[in-house]
Amino acid sequence: MALSAIAFYLLAAVTLGAGLAVITARNPVHSVLFLILAFFSAAGLFVLLGAEFLAMLLVVVYVGAVAVLFLFVVMMLDVDFSSLRGGFTRYLPIGMAVAALLVGEMIFVAVTVATKGAAAGAALVPAPAGTPNIEAIGRVLYTDYVYFFQAAGMVLLVAMIGAIVLTLRHRKGVLRQNIAEQVGRTPATGMRIVQIKSGEGLKAEGLTSGRLGE
Amino acid sequence: MIVGLAHYLTVAAILFTIGVLGIFINRKNVIVILMSIELILLAVNINLVSFSVFLHQVTGQIYAMFVLTVAAAEAAVGLAILVTFFRNRGDIAVDDVNMMKG
Repeated sequence: MALSAIAFYLLAAVTLGAGLAVITARNPVHSVLFLILAFFSAAGLFVLLGAEFLAMLLVVVYVGAVAVLFLFVVMMLDVDFSSLRGGFTRYLPIGMAVAALLVGEMIFVAVTVATKGAAAGAALVPAPAGTPNIEAIGRVLYTDYVYFFQAAGMVLLVAMIGAIVLTLRHRKGVLRQNIAEQVGRTPATGMRIVQIKSGEGLKAEGLTSGRLGE
Repeated sequence: MIVGLAHYLTVAAILFTIGVLGIFINRKNVIVILMSIELILLAVNINLVSFSVFLHQVTGQIYAMFVLTVAAAEAAVGLAILVTFFRNRGDIAVDDVNMMKG
């Protein structure tokens, strides 16, 4: 039990320290890397709680996809990030005041709920050996929450289409193959007969470029 | 001292507050604002999972999964908007965004 307490305090400290580093780092690339660290240690907390499936999901989805997306965008955009630091100290006092109020309220409510709420006195018991965490989730997810599961898929589909539509750009002057036009060519449109005067060659008719009719 | 529900809820509360503070102090840098939103959603997930475990009810973990889905979708669309915005404006300073005059 002492070992799990040590693991909890270590993981919690790393999560909170990395979270603090995310918002205070000067370089956004460092912010993203600290975000990855925060998610990784939060996944460790989930393992400690016994929610292994969500821990692995956190690592795969956040560290593998979302954080890499952030890293990609941060590195792709050529932004002078030092100019975006303005107002850091200006908003710090009111930010700290709001944060202190918020954390005080939430910890008060959390301690009250944990000592007097529905989960009062509940201890962290290991899951019964017969049903692993992923099986328990699957049994509920694919029965009671199957429509919500489908709706989550729709949300992801719409987000994917939205991201593609937002970032798709039609460049001017790029030659593309038009298959319908190619297939629909007839001898009347694709060929013309030119009388070449002897000794003048093809230059006068502009046919040397190879693109007929332009 | 035994690690109970209050400990996990406290960690989640502090992480949530760090996210809110990040939005406050990084008013101009929209990338850090998006990362702060991710931190807030992570705090919510920690709350959901810890209640789910301590109440012996797996529903909280399923809810956390949906929160994860929405967070991923939000990050994708937000970053796509950011890239489009950068293409149009040349920078990502969001404190003087008033193109839509809303």
